[in-house]
Order: sequence, then C-alpha cells, then structure tokens
Amino acid sequence: MFGMEFYVDPSRCIGCQSCLKACEECDTHRGVSMINFDFVDRQETIATAAYVCWHCDNPTCAQVCPADAIKKYEDGIVGSSLKPRCIACSNCVLACPFGIPKLVPQYEQMMKCDMCYDRTSAGKRPMCATVCPSQALAYVKPENIAATRREKPVNTFWFGNQKITTKVYMMAPAETTEIAIDVADYVWEGDHELVPQAF
Amino acid sequence: MSWFRKPSSTPLWRDEFSVYTADERYVNRRQFSKFLTLTSFGMAAGNLWILAKSLLHHDTAYARAPVATLEEIPVGGVKTFNYPTANDPCILVRTAADDYVAYSQKCTHLSCAVYYERERNRLECPCHQGYFSITDGAVLQGPPQRPLPRVALEKQAGQLFAIRMEGESV
Repeated sequence: MFGMEFYVDPSRCIGCQSCLKACEECDTHRGVSMINFDFVDRQETIATAAYVCWHCDNPTCAQVCPADAIKKYEDGIVGSSLKPRCIACSNCVLACPFGIPKLVPQYEQMMKCDMCYDRTSAGKRPMCATVCPSQALAYVKPENIAATRREKPVNTFWFGNQKITTKVYMMAPAETTEIAIDVADYVWEGDHELVPQAF
Repeated sequence: MSWFRKPSSTPLWRDEFSVYTADERYVNRRQFSKFLTLTSFGMAAGNLWILAKSLLHHDTAYARAPVATLEEIPVGGVKTFNYPTANDPCILVRTAADDYVAYSQKCTHLSCAVYYERERNRLECPCHQGYFSITDGAVLQGPPQRPLPRVALEKQAGQLFAIRMEGESV
C-alpha cells in the first residue's frame, strides 16, 4: 500500500529472537508471538530461521476455514482469525503448506501473523522488521532490496502440485525463479535407505 | 449484485462467503430500507385483498338435508352425518333436552376428526389437543387458529334439518 514489501531471508537470521519479543509487545495479542521461529537442524548447526505469514494470493488457510474466519483484505494481507467466528477447528493449522497458523488453546482461537495490520495499514513497518538487526525480516521498498542484496526475491512456491504465490518474498539465490518443496524429500528415513524385504 | 448466477463449478457458498473482503456483499442501509418498505406494501396489499374478499364473501347456499329425528339421540348424545356433501363429515350434539348443535367434524388445524368430550362439554381434536367450544365452535386452546364451521339447524315436525354452513373458511 505504501510501496513497501516484506522480504524474508533465513540465511541472514542470527537467532537473536528479537522478532519474537517485538511481536509479543503488540497490544492486539500481547504475550503471544506470531513469528514462526525454527532451529533448522539443531544437532548439526546453530542455523535458525524466523519467518512470518506469507500472505498467499489464494490463501489455503482461508479456503479451508469452515467458519469464514480468515479473510484476505484488499491490500493483500491475510488477517488472523476473527475472534467472533473462529471455532478453533485447526483446519487452517493442518492445511497451510507453510505451517504458519497456530492454534492458541487458552483463547480457543487460531492466531497468526497479520503483518501488524494496525501498523502497516498506517504506513509503519511491522514490529519484527523494525527490530531485526540483520534484516532477515525486512520491510522495505523493492528498489532498496534490489540495490542491497545479492539474492533475488521469489514469491512462487510449489508444494507438490500446489502452486502458491505470495505477498511476502523469500530471498533466494539469484538464478532461482520458483521454490519447489517436495515434502517427501524431508521425510526422515533413518541412517539407512529402505531395504526391500526378503521374502 | 446480480439476480442470477451463471452456472459455475465453484459452489454457491464459495461466492457467498468469499475469502476476499473485496468480494463480500453486505446489505447496505438503503437496500434494507427498500426491502422493508416494499415488503410492507406487499403485506398491506395482501391484507386489503383478504379484507375485500371476506367482505364480499357470501356463505354458499346448500340444499336442505335431514339430519336426525328429535328423539333419535339422548341428551349428551352424538350423531355424525355428512353435510353438505358426502365428503364433509359433521357432528351433531344434543346438549340439552331441546338444544342441538352441529359442527363440521374437520379440525381447522389439520382436518383430524373432532369428537364430543361429554365430561367437560367441549369438542376435542385428539391429534394435537385442540379444543373447541360447544356453544359457538370457537377455539378454546391448542393449535387451531379458526373456529369450527357451524351447521345451521332447523326443527320441523320432529325432524332436524341442516339448512346451511356458517363460518366456512373463504
């Protein structure tokens, strides 16, 4: 709306978790962070990844919501669930290919990143992007990101046969145009390949 | 908002509960007021129509038909008969020595047959516990909304004749 877009670059994340704390400060959901924060492979590396909701153009979470509680607003933001409507059924939690929505049991409601709608709709940057020291979460103008980063913003994802385009960009190697994720590639198979059973 | 929906593979509920706020259709105040006003006019016109119809209504004249002799049934006794046609069951009740009343036997709720409840001197429809007054057929309690149509009787030479129907629904 104000010419700025959200860029996520997990390779820049230093694991400081400032974004979690900043997100918790928000008055609309005080104490509950909407940031999805992962330790990528804790046994092998200290790498971490913090990311926000991707705000899909055709949001799966909203498509599967039986209570019409998740809406995509006209400026492209997919809102958190509407409290009067959400029935805490977890459909969105299970359906989101990015694993973004989280059911908050004490509120019996799904809560997820709405890109600080109170701030971004007024031209301010989201809380996480204002505090991120390495700008792994960045809310800047497209020309700024093109001028300051080697990576290229990508917003097309493939999950198996499901193509998803998003409002939030992932910073990917320069030759990348799409990011394809096949869940089967990440299924843990132990130390050994599957051995056919001998009959 | 269009009145007709083109055939589409997306289900109707997807249109009505769109994911996108831009596609949501809310009824605005003007539409709602318009709906209320037009509906009120429609209701008023319908009521005037019913009023006119009931004012212009005349009870249909039916042929006079013998029902029973005066001494055929005892006081508190009942006789069923058909009037004005063979498909219209009616009930005759002798409430006093020289007092006879007759009503259509079809309950005005769902046309179950009413019967005479002698202990409490009223007509009862057993289907849904509708009760009618024996004096004028008015509803005493229960689901029926309209009184029972009454058969006007005439005594002549020791014989009761049904002469017309009163209060038949229009």
